[in-house]
Amino acid sequence: MNTTTKARTDSRRGDPLLTVDNLRTVFDTDDGQVQAVDGIDFTVHPGETVCIVGESGSGKTVTSESITQLFKSPPGSIADGSVVFDGDDLAARSEEELTDIRGARISHIFQNPQGALNPVYTVGWQLIEAIQLHQDVEKDDAREEAVDLLSRVGIPEASARLDDYPHELSGGMKQRVMIAMALACQPDLLIADEPTTALDVTIQAQILRLLRDLQEEFEMGIIFITHDLGVVAEIADRVVVMYAGKVMERGSVYDVFDSPSHPYTKALLECLPGHGSLGGIPGSLPDPIDPPEGCRFADRCPYAIEECRTGAQPAFESAAGDGHEVSCVHYQTADDPSVLERVGGDTASESGTQRTGRTDGGTDESGKQERTTGGGRRE
Amino acid sequence: MAGRMRVGNRSGQPEVVDVSNRAADRRRGSSESDEPLLSVQNLKKHYPITEGILSKEVGRVRAVDGIDFDVYPGETVGIVGESGCGKSTAASSLIRLEEPTEGTVQFDGEDITEYDSEEMKAFRRRVQMIFQDPESSFDPRMSIGDAIAEPLTVQGLTDKGRRNEIVADLLERVGLSASDADRYPHELSGGQKQRVGLARALSMNPDMIIADEPVSALDVSIQSEILSLMNDLQANFGLSILIISHNLAVIRQICDRVAVMYLGEIVELGRTDEVFANPQHPYTRALLASIPTADPNDRGMGVELTGDVPSPSNPPSGCRFHTRCPEVIQPEGYEFDQQTWRRVMDFRQKLDDGALNVEAIREMLLTEVDEYETTEEVTTAETKVRLRDEFDIPKPLSDPQAEAVLESAIENIVTGNEDEARDSLATAFATPCETQSPVLEQTASGQTASCLRIENELPPTDLEQTVRSD
Repeated sequence: MNTTTKARTDSRRGDPLLTVDNLRTVFDTDDGQVQAVDGIDFTVHPGETVCIVGESGSGKTVTSESITQLFKSPPGSIADGSVVFDGDDLAARSEEELTDIRGARISHIFQNPQGALNPVYTVGWQLIEAIQLHQDVEKDDAREEAVDLLSRVGIPEASARLDDYPHELSGGMKQRVMIAMALACQPDLLIADEPTTALDVTIQAQILRLLRDLQEEFEMGIIFITHDLGVVAEIADRVVVMYAGKVMERGSVYDVFDSPSHPYTKALLECLPGHGSLGGIPGSLPDPIDPPEGCRFADRCPYAIEECRTGAQPAFESAAGDGHEVSCVHYQTADDPSVLERVGGDTASESGTQRTGRTDGGTDESGKQERTTGGGRRE
Repeated sequence: MAGRMRVGNRSGQPEVVDVSNRAADRRRGSSESDEPLLSVQNLKKHYPITEGILSKEVGRVRAVDGIDFDVYPGETVGIVGESGCGKSTAASSLIRLEEPTEGTVQFDGEDITEYDSEEMKAFRRRVQMIFQDPESSFDPRMSIGDAIAEPLTVQGLTDKGRRNEIVADLLERVGLSASDADRYPHELSGGQKQRVGLARALSMNPDMIIADEPVSALDVSIQSEILSLMNDLQANFGLSILIISHNLAVIRQICDRVAVMYLGEIVELGRTDEVFANPQHPYTRALLASIPTADPNDRGMGVELTGDVPSPSNPPSGCRFHTRCPEVIQPEGYEFDQQTWRRVMDFRQKLDDGALNVEAIREMLLTEVDEYETTEEVTTAETKVRLRDEFDIPKPLSDPQAEAVLESAIENIVTGNEDEARDSLATAFATPCETQSPVLEQTASGQTASCLRIENELPPTDLEQTVRSD
């Protein structure tokens, strides 16, 4: 496994495809300015999948929308920072210039394929429109290309499917059509916002495999937004963990899952249903209009100390592994991160055994306990 | 906290009693001989497909097609399956939100399908439902206190003071505070709203809660919170819970027993730990294998189901899962690698459905090969190769006899003799899975499952061993 990890890292030594630097995206509301994304950095290399993971409200979708400024403006705007795509700062580009890039070099796919397809036009019409929008080709050639795209995304008898309307296709097929559309111009970067959340697990498995295969074929960079850590483990090369508009932890997928370092990442991994703690993460996201000082996660963090509640979000410090960084007071040079292990954070080191142990034992025991209490009462 | 709760007794007069006594009473009253609280037998729900001015019935969507299961007092039972398998319809028809087409539903010893509307009203007090989307299950203009109190009013509790008392108590029991009663739905998060949903369901002091995808709309961090709340409430109130979900992790966390549904039928039923540790039906195995594990070192799904769930208006013959089953039984007299056999079956099915479009394949070749101007120029040999490629069937098959049958069939298809190809394949490559319907049978590992492999005691396939058991 180590050799493949190494190989992947090496292939990324070149220039990044996308560099997001200190990005701040704000929304003006009647109650004040919502700091949806509050100074985040990450990079995407060609052929690499970066997963942005977090709860709803963490700012992961706004991050993805900020790259080509898909959000409604006003109220939304990029307040600070840069989004450098292939040497070009998109944050400073005009709406027209962005339109040329969207769909051509950077494509999006969304959670709900039903909502993203026009119900009154055939699938073929919509695909051909997408192709002709960015390429100067005749309709017949565009049609041929559409057939080719549909068969590449695994739709059988593609030419017959061109004349179907969206409602004639299943959810998984619709998402395949969306992917075909996103690939129409061979983008360098694909941004997928929860593309499998609305699908069944069996179909999700098909779509994830498809994305992986297509990435190899097209050498695309992929930004994959999801709240599902299982999906992250399946598809990511690198992971960016977001919370309340800030990046808490980032690193290779192996480092983040094998040695989760930020208490928030640890908590997320533990509260996968059937994978550990039954309590979830108590508390809720901080006020996005007037975020608290210090670490954004401090109020919900079981390891929070006084330093966590003052100043800015802690600067990134290296954790275990190459390029694995964490924004947590306990990793600052003066402090000792092992405090996280001592206070019941032992799940990280023995996560494997713990997870299975807890799940089976947990369900089983609570079931038995109930029956015993029930029996006791009966007597 | 002294749990003082209202009990709707049979005469409809509300009274307040201590909860723990009440739970004990119920157990004495209804389960002295371990009788199931809910017993569903041969439940069917078909939707007619009608046509024309006289609404002549031309077909039926068999959403739920004969399912049996029991729920015991204090037990949590899960129904799991892909969308379109009929799990939600099963829930709504068993409490007669939709009239079932056939079958009986025994609740506490009485057949509720015989109930008149007055009896149904009393029954619905004892069985409460929670839905997936907490957003749309509340009136945005009604405070949550009023929303929780509404069922109390409907069922005849007129004393406002006592209603408020009950609401305050319920809110605290679901982890909110009594002062939240004055807030409105939009002020609450999704998880809080689902808590209010639980409080409202509990206001009727039910014996049973039916929860249809109760956490699917919530964040992962909130999901486990709500599930553990449900667990606690079940213990405190002595509830039976029927939970419908497509999410196996949810089922695994909360259910004592689980029923796996596919196309309107239950294919496997048993204790959750047994089903998860040792799944007996190929469909359960495929479902379990599809869940991405939170471990990047364990990538790549061993088993992948091809295609979507077939339409319930025309379910496949024999075992309904045979059109997608990775472990479908091989025909006698031929040697196939199991995965290749599955692909040959995919090919056969396409042909049988009349969905194999050779013209489309020629068109595809037309787009790929520049020399061709029209589809007539595409050669037979090339079409044959492409047809195999479409289904990933290796050439040649490892078994020369099987290869001969397949090759002649493909030849027939490409030259336009589809019927002949269909017949020859159906005779040569016949599998019992397409003709015999399996029934739920006790398996060695404890649960029941309906699979011809089990009925015929066939050895496990390689695939069966690759499925992760964690």
